[in-house]
Amino acid sequence: MSNAAQQFLEAAGTITRNLRHRGLIQTALRKYEVARDRKKSAFNDWSAARQSAAETKWDAINHLDTYLTEFASKIEARGTKVHWCTTGPEARDTIRGIIKDAKAKCVVKSKAMTAEEIHLNEALEKDGFEVVESDLGEFIVQLRKEPPYHIVFPAMHLTRDEISDLFERELGSAPTREPEELTMIARRALRRKYIQADVGITGANFAIAETGMVSITENEGNARLTSALPRVMVTLLGIEKILPKLEDLALFLPLLATAGAGQTVTGYNTLYGGPRQPGESDGPIEWHVVLLDNRRTELLADPEQRDALHCIRCGACLNVCPIFRNVGGHTYGTTYSGPVGSVITPHLRGMQEWKHLSNASSLCGACTEACPVKIDLHHHLLQNRRNAVGDSPSWIERLAWRAHAFAVNTPALYQFGQEVARIVEPLRLRLQGTPLDPVKSWTRTRDLPPVAPESFKEWWRNRR
Amino acid sequence: MVEESPMNAQERILARIREALKVPAPKPGSHGHGGHGRDVAPAPVFAFQGRPVQVARSWLPPGGSTPQEHLTRFAAASAELKTDFRCVESEAEAHVQLRQIADSEGWARVASHHSPLTDAATTALARPTLFTDGGYVPDELEVCDVGITTCDVLVAQTGSLVVNSRTSGGRALSVLPPHHVVLARKDQLLGDLTDAFQRIEQLHGTHWPSMISLVTGPSRTGDIERILVLGAHGPKKLTVLMW
Ligand code: SF4
Repeated sequence: MSNAAQQFLEAAGTITRNLRHRGLIQTALRKYEVARDRKKSAFNDWSAARQSAAETKWDAINHLDTYLTEFASKIEARGTKVHWCTTGPEARDTIRGIIKDAKAKCVVKSKAMTAEEIHLNEALEKDGFEVVESDLGEFIVQLRKEPPYHIVFPAMHLTRDEISDLFERELGSAPTREPEELTMIARRALRRKYIQADVGITGANFAIAETGMVSITENEGNARLTSALPRVMVTLLGIEKILPKLEDLALFLPLLATAGAGQTVTGYNTLYGGPRQPGESDGPIEWHVVLLDNRRTELLADPEQRDALHCIRCGACLNVCPIFRNVGGHTYGTTYSGPVGSVITPHLRGMQEWKHLSNASSLCGACTEACPVKIDLHHHLLQNRRNAVGDSPSWIERLAWRAHAFAVNTPALYQFGQEVARIVEPLRLRLQGTPLDPVKSWTRTRDLPPVAPESFKEWWRNRR
Repeated sequence: MVEESPMNAQERILARIREALKVPAPKPGSHGHGGHGRDVAPAPVFAFQGRPVQVARSWLPPGGSTPQEHLTRFAAASAELKTDFRCVESEAEAHVQLRQIADSEGWARVASHHSPLTDAATTALARPTLFTDGGYVPDELEVCDVGITTCDVLVAQTGSLVVNSRTSGGRALSVLPPHHVVLARKDQLLGDLTDAFQRIEQLHGTHWPSMISLVTGPSRTGDIERILVLGAHGPKKLTVLMW
């Protein structure tokens, strides 16, 4: 078993017994479900809208070279510098270089899962820069020195009391039970930072090929401030974020907001097409767009699972996943958790190390049903299981299946097996779940069906 | 394999993409059809002719088809978003309302930009005003009580409005002060997002501003126990005055 698998099992074993955690997640997600269902019902036809989004993304991903080239040339024409990075370290070094060149001290950052993916903050802090997360949820988990719990709701696993204690400890604020008051503490702490920061770093939700723009979705206004006041702006995004046309946003913005958070559209959806243009009163003097591959092209090379690159990171599949709802986000030990994380992580970080994630699924298909771009998530989990075995078959399993095949193909042996099973059945029932049980890790939480007192053949014979 | 040496990073990534795309992928919407074999490319359940998004419009939440419907929907969406939406008879009436808000909130300093609508409004307000056109000191904008701007369009379907960095006073004016007031004419209100993006393309398509923002309600967060709080980092209040 890989290290990651071992850690997953241990963490899952602990947290599934944590009733406080379960209560918190269930309450939060129930609120989400109510809001989402209400917004979904405002659509004239939700499933047809999903299908058209899936086809639009299919077009984008299957002509990725054309659209990326168009995007880059249009956005460069307005004075943006585009950097193409094959690996995480390459992207990290590119951004470190930009910040050094800017002679920056303070960096303010708005939410970007891609930055988590390449461990940008750690690298920048090692270089001695102060990096401030400005999204409230990200700000909270940054103070706690832990990764985001969920790709959309980073601090979903915390109660207001824990957050109040944290602020009291780290910021010296007075304790409070009011979410409003807690939010204002963060607002005051960050306000100066936007003005002081020399560099602002953002992620992006979509890259529009037709007009050469990125689109950033947020509720708080922190990304807008991050890209308004610092004199240098850096935007980091995966190459799969492409959409062909500006008008596509008319479909994708409502889908993202409805599936992701139960909103009609998110508070701020902002298009950026360049650094400050002549005649404009503010905005960065320099803008760097960093395009990240980081093995997305490996996923692209698998036509069966290529649609996993359609993902718009709405988080809907996490929210409905019975596994995620029980083991929580941190158990996965990955940047992208939940069903979509289980599908793509083996491609991004190695099949053998991460194949256990495809087994962390009941294959109920709730994720596929929830996905606004119709990614075939649960079939991809099955395919990962198949591919993992195909790449590195387990000899014990192969032997077991061989023996099974031999036995069921040899009637005499099969019958003999039945007789033996019936004789040892009482003993088996005694041993079930005890340390002497050879399959106790299975039977500890499950029942084996009892052996039938007579076989079908015998039954038939006796009744004739 | 792809050759490495003479190519720059861009060419390298594009080459990898082209290599990967040599094998076609099945069309979307074919869940569970055709088994799980690696080589099966099942037919989609259904597929659209032409660009799907143009058809998709009819499946989205509706925006209404008459100006009256647009108004009703925009008002309903605003109420839900906690946007203070006021549709008034005339510009003069809008100025009266604006002065009332200014008095009740005790605005000491106002920030705005130059345009016919905002100039008339700031004159009517007669308070110290910071104009962001041509540059400003961020600390001075930060202490203003309100940012007053125009907008490009408003969207009935979603209760949104669109500001941009060239004609709405820059990037920060509409998001740094604690109150954002938008002045708009009724004919700027459109039905849905598809209409809005078309209008934006007509307005700016030949000369894009560096930022275009679709603003939907005041700044908000649900990051603490999924409880809604307004004014996370952006404005706590959003007022739309329309005539
Ligand atoms: S896979 Fe689908 S549901 Fe999951 S985050 Fe991506 S877009 Fe959302």
